[in-house]
Amino acid sequence: MIDTPILSLLIWLPIAGGMALLVMDSLGTPDIRPTALVVSIITFLFSILIYTGFDTSTAAMQFSEQVRWIDAFNVNYHLGVDGISMPLIILTTFTTVLVVLAGWQVIREKTAQYMASFLIMEGLMNGVFASLDAVLFYVFWEAMLIPMFLIIGIWGGPRRVYATIKFFLYTFFGSVFMLVALIYMYYQSGSFSILDYHALPLGMTEQILIFIAFLLAFAVKVPMWPVHTWLPDAHVEAPTGGSVILAAIMLKIGGYGFLRFSLPITPDASHSLDWLIILMSLVAVVYIGFVALVQEDMKKLIAYSSIAHMGFVTLGIFLVFSLIDNTGSTQGASLGIEGGMVQMISHGFISGALFLCVGVLYDRMHSRQISDYGGVVNTMPVFAAFMVLFAMANSGLPGTSGFVGEFMVILASFKANLWYAVLAATTLILGAAYSLWMVKRVIFGEVVNEGVRGLEDINRREFVILGSLAAAVLLFGIWPAPLVEVMHASVNNLVAHVTESKLPVAQALLTGH
Amino acid sequence: MEKIYLAIPLAPLFGALVAGLFGRQIGRAGAHWVTILGVGISFVLSLVVFKHMVIDGAEPFNGSVYTWLVSDGVRFEIGFLVDRLTTLMLLVVSFVSLMVHIYTIGYMHEDPGYQRFFSYIALFTFSMLMLVMSNNFLQLFFGWEAVGLVSYLLIGFWYKRPSAIYANLKAFLVNRVGDFGFLLGIAAIYMAFNSMDYMTVFAAAPSHAGETIEVIPGVEWQLMSVICILLFIGAMGKSAQVPLHVWLPDSMEGPTPISALIHAATMVTAGIFMVARMSPLFELSVTALSVVLVIGAITALFMGFLGVVQNDIKRVVAYSTLSQLGYMTVALGASAYAAGIFHLMTHAFFKALLFLAAGSVIIAMHHDQDIRNMGGLKKYMPITYWTSLIGSLALIGFPGFAGFFSKDAIIEATHASQIPGSTFAYIAVLSSVFVTALYSFRMFFLVFHGKERMDEHTREHLHETPPVVTVPLIMLAIPSVLAGYVIGPVLFGDYFGGAIHVDHARDVLAHLGEHFTGAGGFILHGITGLPFILAMAGLATAWYIYIKNPDIATTVRRRFKGIYQVLVNKYYADDFNEAVFAGGARGVGQLLWKIGDVLIIDGLIVNGSARVVGWVASVVRHVQSGYLYHYAFSMIIGLLLLLSWFMVYQNGS
Repeated sequence: MIDTPILSLLIWLPIAGGMALLVMDSLGTPDIRPTALVVSIITFLFSILIYTGFDTSTAAMQFSEQVRWIDAFNVNYHLGVDGISMPLIILTTFTTVLVVLAGWQVIREKTAQYMASFLIMEGLMNGVFASLDAVLFYVFWEAMLIPMFLIIGIWGGPRRVYATIKFFLYTFFGSVFMLVALIYMYYQSGSFSILDYHALPLGMTEQILIFIAFLLAFAVKVPMWPVHTWLPDAHVEAPTGGSVILAAIMLKIGGYGFLRFSLPITPDASHSLDWLIILMSLVAVVYIGFVALVQEDMKKLIAYSSIAHMGFVTLGIFLVFSLIDNTGSTQGASLGIEGGMVQMISHGFISGALFLCVGVLYDRMHSRQISDYGGVVNTMPVFAAFMVLFAMANSGLPGTSGFVGEFMVILASFKANLWYAVLAATTLILGAAYSLWMVKRVIFGEVVNEGVRGLEDINRREFVILGSLAAAVLLFGIWPAPLVEVMHASVNNLVAHVTESKLPVAQALLTGH
Repeated sequence: MEKIYLAIPLAPLFGALVAGLFGRQIGRAGAHWVTILGVGISFVLSLVVFKHMVIDGAEPFNGSVYTWLVSDGVRFEIGFLVDRLTTLMLLVVSFVSLMVHIYTIGYMHEDPGYQRFFSYIALFTFSMLMLVMSNNFLQLFFGWEAVGLVSYLLIGFWYKRPSAIYANLKAFLVNRVGDFGFLLGIAAIYMAFNSMDYMTVFAAAPSHAGETIEVIPGVEWQLMSVICILLFIGAMGKSAQVPLHVWLPDSMEGPTPISALIHAATMVTAGIFMVARMSPLFELSVTALSVVLVIGAITALFMGFLGVVQNDIKRVVAYSTLSQLGYMTVALGASAYAAGIFHLMTHAFFKALLFLAAGSVIIAMHHDQDIRNMGGLKKYMPITYWTSLIGSLALIGFPGFAGFFSKDAIIEATHASQIPGSTFAYIAVLSSVFVTALYSFRMFFLVFHGKERMDEHTREHLHETPPVVTVPLIMLAIPSVLAGYVIGPVLFGDYFGGAIHVDHARDVLAHLGEHFTGAGGFILHGITGLPFILAMAGLATAWYIYIKNPDIATTVRRRFKGIYQVLVNKYYADDFNEAVFAGGARGVGQLLWKIGDVLIIDGLIVNGSARVVGWVASVVRHVQSGYLYHYAFSMIIGLLLLLSWFMVYQNGS
């Protein structure tokens, strides 16, 4: 395993590919799209190796690579994956292939730069998920913003400047505090290794401050209510591919951060502040569910639905402490966390698919307003079938992946507190209401105008994109075991880890943790 | 046998996939053959299972097919429990479905969505079979939602009609309200038992009987009552019990074959089946049983009233379905689960028959569904007429017909029940007998007898429908007469064995069984009973008002204008829901969006802080004036301040 630095490959191959595209373009290569597609497919195929070669019996980091980088500060180029990060990397490589395909005919200007941005971003996101060194992580984390900034800023809609600045400031605002926390922990431990941070004993005040710093960074990314308002704006202005990556992968980095940093580094602070996260999550599910209902722009509707669905991720992740407090055992904690993680992967497929569906319509009609559509099924029956499938998946229909995570989290949350489950389960009604009401107005009914009458059904390229997402949505809905199995060891280890206090003994006695 | 169990649901699934994905390639005939073959295989295999289970007396089968996922040591599986309850459901579902498939060839033969329709109904059959065969709560929920999905697709089958796509969204959302409770019930089961498996849960349930759960601080409820009531909320959605009944009448926007299959015979009985399956849990909570009983009684009586004022032929049958579902629910509440399932079975036959007969009339009438435009169809459509008569007699519980046995058993069981609410339920189901006969024969007389009120053009083309339509009618008419005669073994023998558990103290059926002397005796007892008199009174009233003296209908309507308005407006339930829930949700959404997101978060906080930064910058800008003396001056002031702060600080410490 050490022989092939596969994680490095997953990071640098797409980045190098992206660079190559730029060079080729400046050399005057007429069509760089095939190269982009080949690079993304090869990266995806390589990423399958980390699934097939994955050892599900251990929680230890796998496919590790470690090279000294900046000796003076003990910074290492340290990579590795476990059951938490591995599925997210594969989701990234899978989605990038689709995004490259999705931009095939639509992006006419600066195609090379567009494709290059996505490939480079793919590498950077893989870097975020694979980094085990805090400095390396932070570099990838911030660098990732740049291509996204460009994608929205260059290929975006009319209000793209407002959206990009809002997006950038929001996320940057959050991450600055995280940087301070990381540097503080370096001074405490003399290391930038994330795994060392996991073992680092911290007092309660320190933990609380670090927890809040991380919370600011990750809550903005997820995004959690009330720091979510950048997302609808960013989505509306972003080109389809940008929306897909944003929804499918970037939001997941927030959830990943909670699992990799907040919980294991500050377990006691997580315990005392879990009510805050749970509150924000439930508000996201209910409040945002209502807001999504009244959106008139399809992309905004899906963006709001993303926020509501991500509420399940954060809810599932932070159930562990109320489970212990309420039942005296951690039974159900892994179910909640794994549910949250399944929800992340599934949401990647479903929201990505829905944004692609809107993209398909937008490419033809140049409108995202629900009121501009009606009766699309008459002219685009195949597309309509996909759209109904994804809308059903978005409303958590059993048999689709959208059900799995929500089901697991609702089951776990009932154990923690009946009311958590009651509020979370409102998504059954709200999710169906906003998803299917949109379908009713856009897809069903008589053809409402000449634009809809002239629509052409999806072509083979679009069929491949939506079809592969549909296959993923159905596969993991009917048989989620292969996805959940890889998570067990890491999640069980995490649950065991967070139940052990990091406080110095005297303080632990005082605070009762 | 395991392969047979697996093949039963998979055969229709295969048909559905082929017809759905390759409909264009295999053509219309290909689509109906492949799905009919699939459902036919299910039916034949169900017969095999019936022989194996009931005649050969095999032990129930309980096994896993595959593991969906494992988490926290809890296995979530897909698996089958095949006992005598399942066997009965398999027969009912596959038989009615097969009849409806055949009938559809005739009913839909001009429809451009022919293949799609067959794909959907075969998919429905698969989902329903998975539901009744499940051995665990996960798969139950799967089947539960899957039938809801197909119901959604089929109600909106004619997707160009605004009323159809309104009705299907409404149906899905109202069902989701039920599912909300149902899923919470399953979550409560997970909390209490750490298992999704029926047998594990049932075995452990009695030991949890005394446990309580704190619903709000200081308020403790019985755990079992909470679980059962939550599960029953799910049943209220699917089986359309008040107040979640509102979707069922609107579901008539779908093509008639699915009204028969889904919205009468099978899917809507899923809730009844589920409660019967959960009898070991419901028996632990008298509170839950009381709730079930009262809700069922309200539905049985008040939905029946609405049937009397409907003029759409399918809606009359739809309200009758609601009322009959109420009967089944009452049976469950009275712990007479077997009677509920028995009525489910007989009702499946005669209600599917009535719907398909209504469909036959609709075909003949060129898709006019208003019974005020019908009349005198008897002479044009003899087969439809006689089969409808059989269906109507079965529905009103005429002695000797299938519905008589099951309905009388329910009424008697309710009479014998002692739990809170049983007196009300008894009065309700008894009164409803009169109402049932009234609306059934009102429709029957208006459609088949009296003046021919249709226009000339329609009258000229009136003729009996083709055999592909009438043969299923005849096939369904047979069990509508005969199915009742199995009452002995099903209700008073030990047909269900261990599949249904009844607490000894509440076993009303065992109590009735002591006086049971066979089907003949039951009929004799029935003829002298109050229900029969009420049914005959209802029939006579219908005859008098709608045949003998038609003017009286107008007089009654005018005299009781207030009541009539309430009934025609369906107790204003739709208006209430539209205004309060639909309108309310949109209002809340607008409020949270415009006030919460746009005004407070974006307007005040995000853009506000941006403005503050801008303002600070504009103030600070004045400081950078570029004049050297300004800088020097401020440096000196700063130094002085710093020094004085040090002085104070030093002195203070």
